[in-house]
Amino acid sequence: MTLSKADVDHVARLARIDLSEQEEIELAKELSAILDYASQLQEVDLDGVEPMSHVAGQQPVFRQDEPHESLPSDIVLKNAPDAEDQQFKVPAIMEG
Amino acid sequence: MYETVIGLEVHVELGTKTKIFCGCETEFGAPPNTHVCPVCMGSPGVLPVLNEQALRLGMKAAMALHCEVRKDSKFDRKNYFYPDSPKAYQISQYDEPIGEHGYIDIEVGGQVRRIGITRVHLEEDAGKLSHSVFGDASYVDFNRVGIPLIEIVSEPDIQTAEEARLYLEELKAIMQYCAVSECKMEEGSLRCDANISLRPIGQKELGTKTEIKNMNSFRHVERGLLFEQERQEAMLHRNEMIVQETRRFDESTMSTISMRSKEDAHDYRYFAEPDLPRIVVSDRFLAECLAEIPELPAQKRARFVQDYGLPDYDASVLTATRPLAEFFDETAKRVKDPKVASNWIMGDVLGYLKTTDATIETFAISSMRLAELIGLIENGTISTKIAKSVFKDMLETGKDAKILIEEQGLVQISDESALRAIAQKVIENNPKSVQDVVAGKDKAIGSLVGQMMKETKGKANPQVVNQILKELITG
Amino acid sequence: MLDFSQGIRKLHEALRSGTTTPEELLNQSIEQIEQKDGEIKAFLRVNDVTARDRLKGNAAASNSFSPKHLLDGIPYALKDNMCYEGIETTCASKILEGYIPPYTATVAQKLDDAGAILIGKANMDEFAMGSSTENSSYFPTKNPWQQDHVPGGSSGGSVAAVAAGMVPFALGSDTGGSIRQPAAFCGVVGLKPTYGRVSRYGLVAFASSLDQIGPITNSVEDAAIVLQAIAGADVHDATSAHVEVPDFTAKLTGDIRGLQVGVAPEFFADAMDEGVRQRVQEAVQVLKELGAEIKPISLPHISYAIAAYYLLAPAEASSNLARFDGVRYGYRSQNAQNLLAMYSKTRSEGFGKEVKRRILIGTYALSSGYYDAYYKRAQKMRTLIRQDFEQAFSQVDVIVSPTTPAPAFLLGEKTKDPVTMYMTDMCTIPINLAGLPAISVPCGLSQGMPVGLQIIGKMFDEQTILQVADAYEKTVDFAAVRTAHSKEAK
Ligand SMILES: [Mg+2]
Ligand SMILES: [Zn+2]
Repeated sequence: MTLSKADVDHVARLARIDLSEQEEIELAKELSAILDYASQLQEVDLDGVEPMSHVAGQQPVFRQDEPHESLPSDIVLKNAPDAEDQQFKVPAIMEG
Repeated sequence: MYETVIGLEVHVELGTKTKIFCGCETEFGAPPNTHVCPVCMGSPGVLPVLNEQALRLGMKAAMALHCEVRKDSKFDRKNYFYPDSPKAYQISQYDEPIGEHGYIDIEVGGQVRRIGITRVHLEEDAGKLSHSVFGDASYVDFNRVGIPLIEIVSEPDIQTAEEARLYLEELKAIMQYCAVSECKMEEGSLRCDANISLRPIGQKELGTKTEIKNMNSFRHVERGLLFEQERQEAMLHRNEMIVQETRRFDESTMSTISMRSKEDAHDYRYFAEPDLPRIVVSDRFLAECLAEIPELPAQKRARFVQDYGLPDYDASVLTATRPLAEFFDETAKRVKDPKVASNWIMGDVLGYLKTTDATIETFAISSMRLAELIGLIENGTISTKIAKSVFKDMLETGKDAKILIEEQGLVQISDESALRAIAQKVIENNPKSVQDVVAGKDKAIGSLVGQMMKETKGKANPQVVNQILKELITG
Repeated sequence: MLDFSQGIRKLHEALRSGTTTPEELLNQSIEQIEQKDGEIKAFLRVNDVTARDRLKGNAAASNSFSPKHLLDGIPYALKDNMCYEGIETTCASKILEGYIPPYTATVAQKLDDAGAILIGKANMDEFAMGSSTENSSYFPTKNPWQQDHVPGGSSGGSVAAVAAGMVPFALGSDTGGSIRQPAAFCGVVGLKPTYGRVSRYGLVAFASSLDQIGPITNSVEDAAIVLQAIAGADVHDATSAHVEVPDFTAKLTGDIRGLQVGVAPEFFADAMDEGVRQRVQEAVQVLKELGAEIKPISLPHISYAIAAYYLLAPAEASSNLARFDGVRYGYRSQNAQNLLAMYSKTRSEGFGKEVKRRILIGTYALSSGYYDAYYKRAQKMRTLIRQDFEQAFSQVDVIVSPTTPAPAFLLGEKTKDPVTMYMTDMCTIPINLAGLPAISVPCGLSQGMPVGLQIIGKMFDEQTILQVADAYEKTVDFAAVRTAHSKEAK
């Protein structure tokens, strides 16, 4: 499996990571090597095998519908890179 | 000729006290970012824990919509970046929703139409964005993030804008009957997006669809769909291509406007949410959910028509909400003629509620007391006319009908000999009216009845009076 | 001066008898850090002021201190991916620089409740992605055994702090070997509990279905004591298991007669370091002499574990790390004019290279058109690996293997080639995929560096792996090797 620069660019855009031209070239190589390694999974017949998404043997754990205290407002925005009027501030979202 | 194909995606906020994965309150309209905690804010290191009540309400909704429900389902992550999504993924359900293959029956022009429901799934709501008036910044309030939702996706079975509205009205009634949600569209606890496309009649494959968002009332849904239907039809007539896109309903012009298409095509990269174990529910849990589903609006309507002999119209007005239907049911059970109960509730009661902005739940006269009032008409104690004024007095004083009638001496005079004596007097004093009656002017009898009522302070039984007057004049 | 390596129980007894005080232990810890950490660089932050404040609050009269718990008054370090309210937590990433968590992780809360004193936050590979602690955005940590070597990773800071005698114990997290591998590299004990045994609430997630928090200690008994304090179901973690927590020290009798010990050839790769192979074979012989029965078993699919892991873990990570977007906390790029640029510049400037690499691989594995070929196949392989272990554990009580195929490598030796770096976790990764508990205990030296023996147990059977590890430890006396080495170093 070989990833092209364009593939890397597409994935980087999905992941919201800005890459320089140089990084794209490097990553195309490195990611291809990882995928090459991963391609050994194709050797094994996996038809009919259930995919495992959770470690098994767990009964569902629920929360009761009882309120807890929310965070004090000074704490809520304490780590915010930008805030105004008790809200988180971000660059304008354009919607036409 | 074209036919219209509409599918609706409805998000309904579940009526829990707390959010789906944390204990923050779900109260509407709180100051920004006051109902938030590390969990719903997606602070590094936090984990979701499912609110059992959210699951219960979701299951009830799926059952009430006649879905096949899953005893074993799971949550998935829907990955996308947007400032209203604090984890940059929404916890939702992808390939194993709690409910599938349901339907809602609606009545269109006296015919029942069955609208299929593809799926019902649980998910969390996003935060709320607002935008600076200068257009240089946007703001995020996370109070709404994590409020439990169900998404209800219909099959593309809807053919007209009117059907879409009827579907939504029925959906809302069902949700309210089951106490799943208050469905207040104005507070966003019911939201609807629509997909609409046109195709030549007889064609199998669907035409290119557009998606309409931002319709904030049932009326807007109807208007938006009508507009879009006409717009697409006009384009097709001009041999133009429909562009697959998302369009926003604009309230001020009652039209739809194209929204700029997003930067890249969506690739949500769904995968099973590893932080939440699979949702496996017991048979007992399902049985409890099922037991909590009351008689639904459609069943109630049918029963009101069948058992009480109500016209379809009355039945649908009276089943609009569950408390109203129950009020009617309780009243109707206690009177001889359910139609009379229906008339009173649809007329006087709803009229009063409308003028006072009150609800049937807080209405001052109980169904039992209303039934008593109606009973007094039915057994001839008072006339309908007197009953109307007693009804007003009941509301003003809070007293029972019987007490008011006694206090005010309103018991109807039906005694023939007493009425005959008064009638003699009225005939003597009104020769002109008598002549008119004799001359065949039927209306004139009304004035004589009026005189009788005046003499008896309205207590005379109007039917008996009519009969006596006619007898005395025409012999 | 009390040597931290003599064990928590000895420190506890000294506290109880009044021969030492919590303040003295804290001072000693701070002194050791001041003396050694300039070189080793195990700590990202030492919160000595907070620690002293806590101590004052805990024991108003320190001269009449009487410990209520084995850990009462014992200083410790947290890997910097675990939250403690009010104390900066960065996961050794620039993107979280200055981040102050508004809440405390369940494990830290439990240690607080037991009276343990948090002294500082330990260095790590950024977001726990790495096997050498060279991927920290701040600085690499050195192996206290020999400082031109890596301490392993990703819990390299936690392990180095314990190995260098700066704290009696530390907590690490283990997604593919991040506790056991550095413990093996530095000659200490590292335990990864069963998935679900310890709450993950407050652990900044790397790969949610694989992550577990566990103790890093000088001895097996210490590991049992610390695990006892942090184990148990948690209302804040739906994946924490509602399983009884036994007394983890109950079976530390030295007696393992009759236990069935499995050895699988698949753990002994051809390319394996010869010294490691020999030390582990000797260890197996020791267990046999102690009365255990050695049984050959087979785990046919574990050679595919790395391939599966390097799709699954990055896939989960790509989603877990999406929240670092510059909106609510952490770093935000100032070079962005619009929202999209704010996101992508923030993330590109805030994340280090290995983290970006894994986010991209994970995004790719989940993306439309590749999900079935990569992610889903890896999940299926995970099922087969788990079944291999289930099969094996129907015949044996524990399985032993090397913790790593080779001892600690040199700083900078493997940073160029990610796949070679990934290979160092070949013996530990299968255990995370299966969700099993495993412990690494020192079992001698190869090329002058410590070697780790890995003991793998059945689900929720930490008791038995602790039993075997303890019996082994008591027999071989690695502590003596350690003492000899530190004298030599002086
Ligand atoms: Mg949705
Ligand atoms: Zn919350």
